[in-house]
Parts: sequence; C-alpha cells; structure tokens
Amino acid sequence: MLRRIFNRLLGGDERRVDSRTIYIGHRSCPASEAFIPPPKFCDNRIVSSKYTIWNFLPKNLFEQFRRIANFYFLIIFLVQVIVDTPTSPVTSGLPLFFVIIVTAIKQGYEDWLRHKADNEVNKYPVKVLEDGKPVDKDSEKIKVGDVVEVKENETFPCDLILLQSSRDDNTCFVTTASLDGESNHKTHYTVPDTEKDLDSLSATIECEQPQPDLYKFVGRMHIYKSNQEPAVRSLGPENLLLKGATLKNTQKILGVAVYTGMETKMALNYQGKSQKRSVVEKSINAFLLVYLCILLSKALVCTTLKYVFQNKPGQDEPWYNEKTQREKDTNLYLKMFTDFLSFMVLFNFIIPVSMYVTVEMQKFLGSFFIGWDKDFYDPEIKEGALVNTSDLNEELGQVEYVFTDKTGTLTQNNMEFIECCIDGFQYKYHDSSSELDGFGVTYGPMSKLQQKAGWEREELFLRALCLCHTVQEEKGFIASSPDEIALVKGAMRYGFTFMGLESKTMKILNKNDVEMYELLHVLNFDPVRRRMSVIVRTRSGDTLLFCKGADSSIFPRVKLEEVERIRMHVERSATEGYRTLCVAYKCLSAEEYEHADKGLKEARLALQDREEKLTAVYNQVETGMSLIGATAVEDRLQEEAAETMEALQGAGIKVWVLTGDKMETAKSTCYACRLFQRNTELLELTVRTLEERGRRREDRLHELLLEYHKKTVQDSPLAKTSWSVGNQDYGFIVDGASLTMVLNSSSDSNTSHYKNLFLQICQNCTAVLCCRMAPLQKAQIVKLVKNSKGSPITLSIGDGANDVSMILEAHVGIGIKGKEGRQAVRNSDYAIPKLKHLKKLLLAHGHLYYVRIAHLVQYFFYKNLCFILPQFLYQFFCGYSQQPLYDAAYLTMYNICFTSMPILAYSLLEQHIGMEVLLCNATLYSDIAKNAMLRWPPFIYWTLLGVYHGLLFFFGVRLLFGNLALPDNGQVFGNWSYGTIVFTVLVFTVTLKLALDTRHWTWINHFVIWGSLAFYVLFSLFWGGIIWPFLSQQRLYFVFANMLSSVSTWLVMILLVLLSLLPEILLPVLRKPRGPHARQVQLKQTRTQTLYF
Amino acid sequence: MMASSYNAKEEDGHHSGSASHGGAAVVKSKKPDNTAFKQQRLPAWQPILTAGTVLPAFFVIGLIFIPIGIGLYVTSNNIKEFEIDYTGVDMNSACYSCAKNFSWNSTTSCLCTVDFTLEQPFESNVFMYYGLSNFYQNHRRYVKSRDDSQLNGDMSALTNPSKECEPYRMSEGLPIAPCGAIANSLFNDTLKLYYLEANGTRNEIPLVKKGIAWWTDKHVKFRNPGGNANLTAVFQATSKPVNWRNPVYELDQDPENNGFINEDFIVWMRTAALPTFRKLYRIIQKKSSTMPTLPSGKYVLDITYNYPVLSFDGRKRMILSTISWMGGKNPFLGIAYITVGSICFFLGVVLLIIHHKYDTRSTGADIPN
Repeated sequence: MLRRIFNRLLGGDERRVDSRTIYIGHRSCPASEAFIPPPKFCDNRIVSSKYTIWNFLPKNLFEQFRRIANFYFLIIFLVQVIVDTPTSPVTSGLPLFFVIIVTAIKQGYEDWLRHKADNEVNKYPVKVLEDGKPVDKDSEKIKVGDVVEVKENETFPCDLILLQSSRDDNTCFVTTASLDGESNHKTHYTVPDTEKDLDSLSATIECEQPQPDLYKFVGRMHIYKSNQEPAVRSLGPENLLLKGATLKNTQKILGVAVYTGMETKMALNYQGKSQKRSVVEKSINAFLLVYLCILLSKALVCTTLKYVFQNKPGQDEPWYNEKTQREKDTNLYLKMFTDFLSFMVLFNFIIPVSMYVTVEMQKFLGSFFIGWDKDFYDPEIKEGALVNTSDLNEELGQVEYVFTDKTGTLTQNNMEFIECCIDGFQYKYHDSSSELDGFGVTYGPMSKLQQKAGWEREELFLRALCLCHTVQEEKGFIASSPDEIALVKGAMRYGFTFMGLESKTMKILNKNDVEMYELLHVLNFDPVRRRMSVIVRTRSGDTLLFCKGADSSIFPRVKLEEVERIRMHVERSATEGYRTLCVAYKCLSAEEYEHADKGLKEARLALQDREEKLTAVYNQVETGMSLIGATAVEDRLQEEAAETMEALQGAGIKVWVLTGDKMETAKSTCYACRLFQRNTELLELTVRTLEERGRRREDRLHELLLEYHKKTVQDSPLAKTSWSVGNQDYGFIVDGASLTMVLNSSSDSNTSHYKNLFLQICQNCTAVLCCRMAPLQKAQIVKLVKNSKGSPITLSIGDGANDVSMILEAHVGIGIKGKEGRQAVRNSDYAIPKLKHLKKLLLAHGHLYYVRIAHLVQYFFYKNLCFILPQFLYQFFCGYSQQPLYDAAYLTMYNICFTSMPILAYSLLEQHIGMEVLLCNATLYSDIAKNAMLRWPPFIYWTLLGVYHGLLFFFGVRLLFGNLALPDNGQVFGNWSYGTIVFTVLVFTVTLKLALDTRHWTWINHFVIWGSLAFYVLFSLFWGGIIWPFLSQQRLYFVFANMLSSVSTWLVMILLVLLSLLPEILLPVLRKPRGPHARQVQLKQTRTQTLYF
Repeated sequence: MMASSYNAKEEDGHHSGSASHGGAAVVKSKKPDNTAFKQQRLPAWQPILTAGTVLPAFFVIGLIFIPIGIGLYVTSNNIKEFEIDYTGVDMNSACYSCAKNFSWNSTTSCLCTVDFTLEQPFESNVFMYYGLSNFYQNHRRYVKSRDDSQLNGDMSALTNPSKECEPYRMSEGLPIAPCGAIANSLFNDTLKLYYLEANGTRNEIPLVKKGIAWWTDKHVKFRNPGGNANLTAVFQATSKPVNWRNPVYELDQDPENNGFINEDFIVWMRTAALPTFRKLYRIIQKKSSTMPTLPSGKYVLDITYNYPVLSFDGRKRMILSTISWMGGKNPFLGIAYITVGSICFFLGVVLLIIHHKYDTRSTGADIPN
C-alpha cells in the first residue's frame, strides 16, 4: 500500500517532468547507473464511458439537475412535497420525472453502447512479447514498455514506437482513416540500428509527455550495446504508430508501447468539442426571465393581498372554516413565506417543463429531415447529409455571414495539370480541354517545341516533377495532396513516368529507359514555408536538390533574372484561376551535401525545438537555386458554386472567402463564383498595395484603411439601411500579412481602431476575400466578426483539416465530405456532400426550422400564460386561498397531452412557404434575419394575446356564472364546473389558434389537431365518469357531462372561442403584405421585392 | 370559407425502382428513402386567410349571432325572478332580533317572518333558491375539507375520516360523520312559503325537496354506509358535526332522503365557485295548466333562523325563479351575442369597404390559379 502511494507520488512527479523514460521490454539497462523503478503509467484501458453501474444514478441525476430548468422544477417539486401547497406534488413531479427518466434512459443506453465499445477495444486480443515469445493478452493489459506484435490489417492497440517490420526496407504502411480520415497509406520507419533480435535489445526511450497533436512527436532512443557507447537515435512522428491506425501492406511489425490507454493521442483527441448554444436558446432564456418575473410578481401580489384580505374582520377564520391546530401554531412570517411558495407552485405552470422536452424533441426529430433529404444525396460518394448536432437547426435560418474555404469547397479539389512554363516558354498539353483559351493555339505537344527551351531543361523540369513529391505508387498514385498527383500525372503525359519508391530508390521510366535515383532527404512541405524539397543522388553520383513551392516562397530563393522570365506566366495562370507552383533545382557539391546532411541529421535528433531547427536547416539548404519553370493546375469550380453564392448573397448573407491560396487564384475563383461582379470595385489591402509607394507599411495601412472606410461607410448613403441598394458594390481583398498588421498593430490603441475600421469596411462590402490565410487566422477572422456589434450569426464551411479551426469557431460549422479527409466533417455540426447543398440547407431547411422553433417557443409561452392567468384571477375571488381553478388532472395533462401534440406536429411539418418557393426567392430568407420572430415585439404581441385570452376566458365565464342555475332543471354548478368550462374554452382556443397558424395541413396535422381535441373530450368524460378509488376527492365526477347538458355553457364556450380568435383572423387580413404566402409570392414576386426594401 | 387548394405533390420517383429496390436490399445504401414524409412532401392543404375569405365569414357570424343573441335576451327577460334578503341587518327587518341574538348554544330556534308581494304571476315551475354572499365556499382550506370516500359509504372512512377533514375530523374521541368543514357548515335555515289570500288565510305552498341535487351525485357519488336502512345503527360509533343540531341520520324522515343522500346536504356539498352564490332549495311544481304556479299577490316567508352570517359580514337571500332552456335569468349571454354579432357584421362592412376601395389589385392576385 505504502509502496503504491510512493509510486503514485513518483508518478505525479514524473508527470511534471517534460519527458518520460521507457525501458523496452522492462529490461534494466546495463549502462545506466541505477535502475530507477519505472514510474507508473496508466494502463491500456480505454474508458470513454461516463458512468459505471454504481455511480450512474447519482452522477446522472447530478448532471441533469445542473441544468437550470430541471433544477427549477425540482425546487418546485420539493416545495410541493414539503409545504402544504394547493396542487399535489404529482402535478409537477410526474412531468419532471418523466423527463428525467427518459433522459436518464437515453444517456444510460448511450453509455451502455460506449461500455460495449470500450470492452471490445479493451478485450481485443493482442500479442505481447514475453521472453521472446508472443503471448496472447487482452489489449487492456498492455503496459508501457511492452513489446507488441501487430499483424496486417490490425489496428494498433496503443501508441507504439516501430522497432521491427517484416518489410525489407524497415518501413511499414498504415492508414489513419479512423483518426483523421486520410485514407492514403502513410509510411513509417523503424528506428535505425535496432537489433534484429529484440530479445537482446537493451534500450530506453526518452520521449515527451503525452500530447494530443497527432502529427507531433519528439523522442530519443538510447541503445545500449555491450562494450560500446550507448547509441542515440532520434524519434519522430514517422516512428510512432498511433492507436487507432491500421497496419497495411506489411505482414507484421513489432513495436514498443510508449503511450497507453487514456494517454494515447487518439484518446487525448477525443475529448469532445465544446457545446454550441443556439441563439434561440438565448431568446428562450430571456423570455423565461420575463416569465419568472411575472411569476414572482404574481405570487407577491397574491401574498400581499391575502394578508390584507385576512385583516378584514371575520375573514381570516370565519366560523365555517376554522384553521387546523398546526396552522394556528405556525409563525406568521413563516406562514407568509409558505404562502408565497404556495402561490409560486400554483402559478409555476407558466414556465412549463414540457417546453424543454418539446424543444428537444423537435430539434432531435427535426434534424432527421436533413439526413433524409434526397437532394443532399451525392451519388458519387453514395452519402447524404450528416447531422452531428441537432441543437443548431434553427441557426441555419439565421446566418448572416458565410465563411467559406476555397479549395475543395468552392472548387472541386480535383486537380488537372493544365500547362507549364519552362524557362519562360509556355507549354500547353495538346489534349487538354481548353483549346479555346486564346493563347493556347501556338503551343503543341512537347516534342515539337524543342526550339522553345533546351531539351535538357525540359527533361530536368520533368524529372523534377517526377522526383520532388511524396506520392506513393500503389495501383495508381496515392498522396496527401491532390496537386502532387496532378503533377506526377502531368509528367507522365510528357513521357516521364514515376515508377515508385523502393528502399530509398526512386525509379523513373523515361520513354524506355529506367532511371534510378537514391532519395537522400525529403524536406517536407509545411504551410509556413509553402514549399518542399527532395535531395537525390543520380546514378552518376551527382547530388541534386529539387524544390517546388508557391511563387512567393520560391522567388526570393532564385536568381532575379530567372524570376522575370517566369513571373508573367505565373501571374497570368493565376488570374485564369489556376494553382501555380514554381519548380527550382540546385546541384549540391559534395561539401555542401555533407554540410546539409549533417545539419539535417542533427536537427532531426534534437529533442527540443526540433521544428524550428529543422526549418532553419531547410531554409539554409534551399537557397541559391535556379528556377526551372512553373506549373499550372486547374481546380474546377464545384457544381453550381456560382448559383449557390448568388443565392446566398440574394438572401442577404455576406460571403467571405478565406483561403490559404494566393490572391490572384482566389480572386479569379471569386469572379467565377460571381462573388465579385464585373462592376464590383475591388479594395485591396495586401502586401502589394501596402508597399506600393515605398513608404512604411504602417503608415500606408493607416491611410488605406481610412480611404476605404470613407468610400464604403461614409460615402454610401444607404449603406446603413441596406446592403444591396448602394450604387457601388465593393469587394474587399485582404491577405494574411496585412491582416496580422491590422490585428496586431504596434500600439494597442491603434489595434482596436484598426479593427473597427477593418470590420466596418468589411461589413459594407458585398464580398470579402481573405487570401494567404493560415488556419488560425481563419478562426481569428470568424471570431472577429462573431464578436462584432450585433453579434451576427456566422457559418463556416470547409472540407479540410485547415478549416477545422474556423468550423469550430463559427456558430454553425459545415463540413464538406470532400477529398481532404474527414477531419472537417468530424468537427462540423452538419456535413454535406457538396457546396451546392448549402443553398437548400440554409434557404429551405434553415428557414423552416427557424420559423418552426420560433413559433413553438412563442406558442408555448402564450399557451401557458393564458392557462395560468385565469388561475391567478381566480385568487381574487376565493379569498387568496391558493385554490386551484382547474382539477389536478387538467393541470398535469394540459401540457403533456391536450396541447402538446399539435404544436409538435406543427413544429416538425409546417411549411408556411413551400420549399420550392423558398429556394426560388432567396430574399425571403432576409425576412427572418436577426432573429425576427423571437425579438421583443413579437414576444410582446404573443404575451398580450395570452393576456387577452386569459382575461376573456376568466371573465367570460365569470359573467356566465352571474346566475349559477345553468342547466334547464334549475340545479346549480359549483367551482369545479367553473374551472372545467374555462379549461375547455382554453384547450379549444389554444388548439384552434394553432390551427389558424398552420399553413400546411398534412394528414398528420389534421389527425393531431382534431385528435387532441377529441382526446380531451373523451378523457374528460372518462375521467368524470368513474369514481376513482385512488383519488381522495371525486372533484370532477360527472362535472364535464353535466356541463355539456347546459345550453348556456355551450353558447358561452362558442362565443369565447370565437371572440378569442377574432383578432387572429382579423390581423392577417389587415397586414397582408407582410405575411408572404406561397402563391402570393409566386405571383407577386416583383411587387414583393420592392416591398421588402 | 377559406380560399384553399389541395396541393398534392406527386412523388417524383418514377416507380422504376422495383429492380433497384432489390439491389438496395443487398447492398445497404445510404441513399435516403424517397418517401413523401421523409422528403417533406406530404400532400397538404394550404389555406390562406385573405380579405376575400374572411369577409363572408364575418357576415355569416354576424347573421347567426344576432338572432341567437336576440333569442337569448328575450328568453332571459321572460324569466321571472324574485329575490329577498332576510339577513336581518337593518333594525326594521323582521329577522333583526334573530340575527342579533344568535347563539350557538341556544336549544330553541329563532323564528321570523318576512312578507313580500309578487307583482307578476310565475307561470311555470318555480325554483326556490337560498343565496349567500361573502361566503367563501371556494376557500382552499374549505374546499378540500371533506372525505369523498366516507360520503360514498366507505366503512373504513366512516370510522377513520381523511386527514383533510381537520379540524372537523374527530369530536369527543369519535369520528365525525360527515366530516370536514363543508359538511359542518351545512345551511340549516328552514324556509316555508305561504300565499296570503285576500281574506288573510295563509295557504302553505307545497315545496318539493327532491330533484334538487345532480342525479349522479344522489345516486352514485353519495351513498349511505350499509344501505339506507338502519342508519342509526350504522352511525352509532360516530359523532355529529359540531355545529349540527341533529345527527346525520336524522336529516329527514324519508329513508330515501336521509343520511348522506339527503339532497339538501348533497347540494351544499357541491362547493360554489364564487363567494356570492345561490343553491337550489326547493321546487314548486306547477299544478294545473290554467293556474299560475305562483299567482301575483302577497306571500309570507317563514324562516327558522339557524344560520349566522353576520360574523363574516355575509348576507342571506331567498330567491324564486322560473327556468328556461338556457337556465336561470342571465342577460349577459344575450347581450354578448348581440354585441359580438354586431361587431362582426360591422367589421365585415368595414372590410368590404377597404376591400373594394384599396385592395382590388391584390385580391385579384389572390385568386388561386
């Protein structure tokens, strides 16, 4: 026991150290001075479940009652149990426990599924090497330091360092499809110099503490050999096999476990995303607060009046109604307090627990329609839309800003090699489709163009294309970037075929010869450098460096005169909308190579700041190159991208394009998507414009911002009222570097000033293009807009890992099931196969969801207000004694049975305007912008309506009860008849009110609306038809049937229902132009459009 | 009444899918089903409220409501009702001394006599009510102070009444039957009506005490424990409500109207909705078709004054009323109907004017194609 604590303490200490030491196979090392007992690492159990059998009940209940609404209802329930309150605890307890139990069952089931999945993973049989022999074990028994054997197509049970592979070249292939969705095969390498015989291997691994970044790993392996200095080998992500990845094309591997269980990178990455809350929920909370105030003031008023009333002589305790002994004994102030609580309980139905249930159900069920929509089905990937969260359905109808990625979102990310340029001479492939392109006429296939550039240069260029990449050849080409495949395929068309990489040898088929190159180093691509290089050795022994990358990152590293020859072509290609890459090379002398090789190896071994060191070496090596040429790759626009963008702009949504691509390419895409029109005036805030006049960038920035601000904000008179009427459309272009200057200006006061100017300019432009953005900057922009004045609803749409940050940042994140893996989809709230689906998702689904839920929320508050108001008014007539007006059964069932189904059906099926009309008339979307249906004016309208109905019900029946002899036999009605009449009028009015609002009557609506009215009548007859043995009081015995026997009651009910609905019938007629309806809109399209603006 | 059209959208799957359905069963496809429900294309009726549709509705409502209202108003006006307050607040009123000298302990009851004159004859059956004012029968503590299972004849509830009956649950160690505040405060004034003929003789008018309670209450909800016979024995181990003069089994001689099924008692047990209320006391049946039930003339009301109301500033009334198909006299319904009908009619006219003057263009567009 003590030992354990000691160990744990040690472990705790260990955690604070930045690295951990692992003894491979738990063998102590001869050379190490003292064998430190290995600190305790966590075992390999994956626990994704939240509960165990024992803690389920308390933990789940605790979590549920942390929700403010549930807690409120619990308090009400407890008050009812403890204090002598007018309604029995059942009335509020039943709905509450129904909700709690249903939620608990749902969560319990989900957790059971997680337990099952955990068990499957934890009990998965694995082979662990013990004394040189593989022993079967459960996956959960793996300890850090164990040597694990994994066979082909098995997933790795924990994070392993690859020690041995069955492949000759000491590599293995894995796919990380389940981790980041990239289905290509990735190569991982064994640690160099490890013994073939692992039994005799004695080594320790020193590596960093677990961290969630999938692509980062730094470690060092000390290999102890007898009679030798311990060898040190660096470990990087290429040596680490992640739990969850699958072994491919490799018979088996052996690896040592470094991170296990909850410390694996996979587990660390699955800690859930933060919950997004919809704006509707905020409105609900605001309304709730109002109703809570109403509730409190009602209770307060009643309590005060009660004591005023009781002060009148003879009223506190008349002879016919004496107090019980307990009541007499109670302290006056305590009694006042309990009276207050009693009134609270009596009126608590004004805040209905059922609203939360209905809203949740509406969201959950409603979200199915997105997945079911066959318009979202893409036959290519054989998938439809995916809903990851149903909480944000209505937010889709409120979007004001769309931030879209370019590559793969606006464009297809389906690359095709279009043309290239070698030494300033343009080559265009003969067969490519764009022969009409004007300048493509004179350029033929390669062979005929020898006079253009020397054939050595051509071949060098093509070799560069064949060598400088990370493509794998495996029944076709596989690469993480589609550009590379396009380039390799492009080279193939010109006769240089890449044959594959085998044990560090790259083979190229040049017509009929096979050329072999030894691959010495790969200087990997990263988005900061925006280039990659390879160092290869030819057969003849020359060492060559080939580099390809974005023009901006290559041009400064090559000779100036070469740049001039090519720049024009690159820029022209970019304006055509092509993606351009520049290719450069460099011959390395033996010393140069030695130096570079040493530097690279050193940097790779570094334990700290390896990235920085590597970058430094890379930058050092990639200098003084000579430019060979440039390539142009076309990325086609997505289907209907332009129409979609036009529709979004028509809907009053501002579209911002955030891309990492260069300005010219992005601009041309924007033109192609019709985000920029021919007459759009472009305002540029880029490095180019900033450096234009050779002045300090900061000054120029200031100047430009002011100038643009003047143009867009001050000079456009209508800018404030509407976005589309301005005489001049503005497009704003900003690049990453300038954005950094705007956001992080040298002085703080400027920063906020610039930010404001920048935002105002952006908000007054029809479209904004942000190019050269790093992923984090994309999120920054989204955040900037999200937190700007009026906190507009933002939507981010993207397909790649670089869009994840902005998808997570925006109110609504949409992932496109594109080619760049599934990371965006996994982190998104909704995923759609194509960009074109966004139009229907927002304009039709989003619009309808918003209208539905807004109506649902307003209706719920309304119907509970006119439910409780008569009960409040009744207090004035019963001596403020908290006598409920309605029977307990009615109090309980009102929200659960009598009035819940019609509104639920409405909120699922209503189409106040048909889907087709919504899609055709994008302007309809702006009708509900800015939370139009849940702002204060409509809320006040609904509240007043509720008050009007409540007053009408109560006083209408009050006047009827001026003479209690209502049936034709002279007998009289009592208090329960009074309540029942009010309640009947209430149920009918509230249901018919909804019927009046329903614009789309499917058979379900008919069934549910008439069905619940019929159910109410039948239930009332049944409830009053039997002496219920479990009831202490038979209050409603034959009350309903007797009520129906009175003609006056019928007449008054008809009158009151009609009178309540009169304004509802009248109002739509009077304000007709503002309530667009399907056919009206269709016919009066032009007319209404002028009306809206 | 509403411009509407049945918008049945055709499902756009061309039923060529029988072969592909078979295929889909083999390879589980993620393709969404093309059903009307899932595609939100259920055939739907899409009504619109426009001036054109609402206008006739208003006229129709007006035309229906106004005659009904007039009918109701006339009916209500034809109902004869006579009301007399006999509380005895005023020094000059007959029951002043009874009201003043009321004491719970007195064994003899106080009698008083009130004279009144009916100006008009009451033709049909006359219903005699007693009315109480400022009496909170709907007070929560009061309303719940009863035991319905005891009243339903449950033996165990008879000996062990519900806690709700406190403080009228036990008396002198014995359970109270019927327990609770409502039963305890049973209205126990006795009213007798005499017609004063021209020669001064008092003709007692027969008062029927059956048929004043709801049939279901009398026959199902209220039941004597162990049947109606031998009530004295059944109620042996119980105590009478503290304010009652007689035990429950001595409410009436008639075994069909004694004990819990005494109709006066049942009527009282149906708690009133408002602090001013009336309860049916007796029925005066019409004897012959030629003679009015109550001819105009002078009447005498004999009151056995047992029920104190002055302590809580209450009032007691005796009401004579005839009843029509719409119940007792209540002008409210007729007036309401006439008002609402007129408003609807008026709105219809206003809308019609607006409609014709300003809206001809847009309504032209409203006509469905």
